[in-house]
Amino acid sequence: MGDALLRVENLSVKRPGAEVLRGVDLTVARAEVHALLGLNGSGKTSLALALMGAEGYEPEEGRILFDGEDITDLSVTERARRGLTLAWQSPAGFEGLPVADYLALGMEEPTRERIEDALEAVALSPRAYLGRAVNSGLSGGERKRIELAAVYAMRPKLAILDEPDSGIDVLSIEDIVSLIHHLAEEGTSVLLITHRDEMTRMAERASLMCAGSVINTGTPEEVRAYFAQRCRPHGDLLGSQPWGEEAGGTYQRVVEEGVCDE
Amino acid sequence: MSRQAASGVRESVLKDHDPAWAREFEAMMEAYEKAGGRPDVLQAGRVASAVISANEVLTVSEIEGVTIEAEEQEHGVKARITVAPGTKVEHPVHLCFGMMAEEGLQEIDSEFEIGEGAEVGFLAHCTFPNAIQLKHVMDARIHVGPGATMRYSEAHYHGTEGGIEVLPTTHAIVDEGGHLETEFNLTQGRVGRMAIDFEADLAGCAVAELVAKAYGSGDDDIRVEEVVRLNGEGARGLTKTRVAVRDQARSEVYTTAEGNAPGAMGHMDCTEIVRGRAEARNVPIVVVRDDRARVTHEAAIGSVGKQELETLMARGLSEEDAVDVIIRGMLRG
Repeated sequence: MGDALLRVENLSVKRPGAEVLRGVDLTVARAEVHALLGLNGSGKTSLALALMGAEGYEPEEGRILFDGEDITDLSVTERARRGLTLAWQSPAGFEGLPVADYLALGMEEPTRERIEDALEAVALSPRAYLGRAVNSGLSGGERKRIELAAVYAMRPKLAILDEPDSGIDVLSIEDIVSLIHHLAEEGTSVLLITHRDEMTRMAERASLMCAGSVINTGTPEEVRAYFAQRCRPHGDLLGSQPWGEEAGGTYQRVVEEGVCDE
Repeated sequence: MSRQAASGVRESVLKDHDPAWAREFEAMMEAYEKAGGRPDVLQAGRVASAVISANEVLTVSEIEGVTIEAEEQEHGVKARITVAPGTKVEHPVHLCFGMMAEEGLQEIDSEFEIGEGAEVGFLAHCTFPNAIQLKHVMDARIHVGPGATMRYSEAHYHGTEGGIEVLPTTHAIVDEGGHLETEFNLTQGRVGRMAIDFEADLAGCAVAELVAKAYGSGDDDIRVEEVVRLNGEGARGLTKTRVAVRDQARSEVYTTAEGNAPGAMGHMDCTEIVRGRAEARNVPIVVVRDDRARVTHEAAIGSVGKQELETLMARGLSEEDAVDVIIRGMLRG
């Protein structure tokens, strides 16, 4: 692994009624695509929000080092200005805000060419989208692509992409993969939260989260194998409520103890 | 090619009048531009227009099918605008009302008569850039004839002091198959005290869309009261209100939609954003007098959404700038 851009040390976050992150340790290198895997409810989105500095995700313990600086107590704005950004899993809508203006917000020197370039990077036609508002008139998939375009337009040092493939049709996954390649080529590190095998294949390294902790880090193949051997047996029991009783005692132990089953 | 003064007014226009008129006109044009108007369009020959400063009618320009009668009164102007039946007016009629003075009263009594099957748009700009203790009263009566369409957009600029009272009262009658769209916009500078009172009566298959947008700060006081009576079969009405208030400003929005006939459909949509110690209130009233009518409402009042705010901050905007982007977008949308 090369020079670390992001180093998370022993990060713990409590939310009302739950400890969502428990002593997370994670390192993302410069210009690395790093996949973050885990079951629903394992803490991936909570980690993304804590890294971005979102309200309600302030750490109880631990620290976040970004580009050699401790950013644990910095605001969302201050983190963004240092080159860290996040594409939310379900992006917010902005009534009356044109796509062109939205993309320009994160650019140091916005130009029409760069705005169009960002839209083309997510396979959206500038002509069709520049004048549209970033609101409910867009489908979930379109909004998602525009969010990714906004991240690309910003040219951050680290982009946290929370399930960029969810809500995107299967045929378009290739466009998202291509965008992540673009980001990496531009020198942006990517922390990629995903469930999809084809997305993890593009990562140099991967980490597996379970019950609020990172329990394994390695190549994507190693982590997928670890996940398949130790965690997948419980998948068919989980349904849509992995924290519910139907998850069974074994999974409960995984959740409670923060380790995968033997 | 005619030269233009700093305000965008053609010098030939200024030269043809006495200096006092020219000064007043030029000042109005500068203020008109601040309110979002375009002086060059106002002076284009193909565009019907009127410029009224305090109680003085500075210019009136008519085009075929559009008649503007304006009569000066003690404290304002009485105006009657008629669009002949069947006339399709290509460019919107431009209206500029205002006062340069810091104090005083302006009363505009206006009547709009849109003939059967006519189509017309109006762009009105009301500007009071120096207001400290000023009152602007507008009493409008609108009649949209059968199958006619009227679109009326009014933007205000009140300067930075907030020393103004704006009291527009409108009663609109929309005949069978007629279409009325209005938009009131007060989002630049201070509001002062504003009370919009708008009533619309709709005949069968008539449509009315009433949009009001305002951004209050300081101790601004915003009151919007709108009533849409869907009296005819298949009439449709929408009220859309977007208000943002900050500091100690107050906003009260009262909307009523009455479904009084079979197939009548009404909807009231209100969003208010509150910052600081400001206060916002929304009271929708739904009245249905026919079991085949349907009236709905939705309201959202509160602060800026946390995720919207953090998304913009994650692009590097300060919290204050992010709030401003969200509010400006809402008011534009």
